[in-house]
Amino acid sequence: MNSSHSLPHLADHFDDPTQQFDAARLGMWLFLATEVMFFGGMFLGYTVYRFSYPDAFAVGSSLMELTAGTVNTAVLLLSSLLVALAIRSVQTNNSKQSVRLLFGTILLGITFLGIKAFEYWEKFQVHHVPGLSFSLGDAFPTINPNHVELFFSFYFVMTGFHALHVVIGLVLVSIMCVQISRGHFSSQYFTPLEMTGLYWHFVDIVWVFLFPMLYLIH
Amino acid sequence: MSEEIVPVRTYVGVFVALLVLLGLTVAAAQIEHGTLNLVVGLSIACAKAGLIVLYFMHARQSPTVIRLVAFAGVMWFSILMLFTMVDVMTRS
Repeated sequence: MNSSHSLPHLADHFDDPTQQFDAARLGMWLFLATEVMFFGGMFLGYTVYRFSYPDAFAVGSSLMELTAGTVNTAVLLLSSLLVALAIRSVQTNNSKQSVRLLFGTILLGITFLGIKAFEYWEKFQVHHVPGLSFSLGDAFPTINPNHVELFFSFYFVMTGFHALHVVIGLVLVSIMCVQISRGHFSSQYFTPLEMTGLYWHFVDIVWVFLFPMLYLIH
Repeated sequence: MSEEIVPVRTYVGVFVALLVLLGLTVAAAQIEHGTLNLVVGLSIACAKAGLIVLYFMHARQSPTVIRLVAFAGVMWFSILMLFTMVDVMTRS
């Protein structure tokens, strides 16, 4: 029998752990490429209508809470740093530190969703949610309110799907916390943790593009 | 596994760079340049995404085939965007 088969996490059909790890990473990146196309359709729709109604989209963007969006971007960037450091901790066989860092990621993820929920609540208060009660008031007499409503439709669908991804990411990170504390991972094997990290960073990148598109165009 | 361990200061350095880029993009958006605002905003977003992909997602240390998949994702999205906008922008 081949000596490498004594490695507990190595499946029969791989030569060595590195090959197995690279295969998993390749599969995850392929999945993320399909996620690019999933969000890509929405980015394309947004771009087409922003081109068609630039003034209305600028008005919609000016009604965003810039401070909340900026803080939320920083929150997600910090959460990504903590995930990267948590994987590094497992690579150096420091499981306790890894769990602490991932706990920080979970808190930051919840903070992000909390700020997002506050922004949504504020939009409901001022009737900027697409639907029957949508109203711009008298603030922008030269702008067609239907076109601003379209901006808000994109805003809610895109940030809504992004928030759903954050929730899925939080579930994955929580599962990783449990598995690390049960001693499932070491510097020799941490594939699920690396995959979770890739997912979390991808969700971060989606927000990095949503932020300037929704909050910064005037 | 053979993957080399990235030093903590590299990760922290990348994070600081991301925060600086965030500050830049918010500051740049306060000045009116018209179309240039869009170009600056999206360029800074691309720079941030690049840092995250290369360092946090370990693309720098990944096999070529993984970097190829990442590139392919960007390329197919560019084709979607380019061909649609060429149509939309040239309608009379």
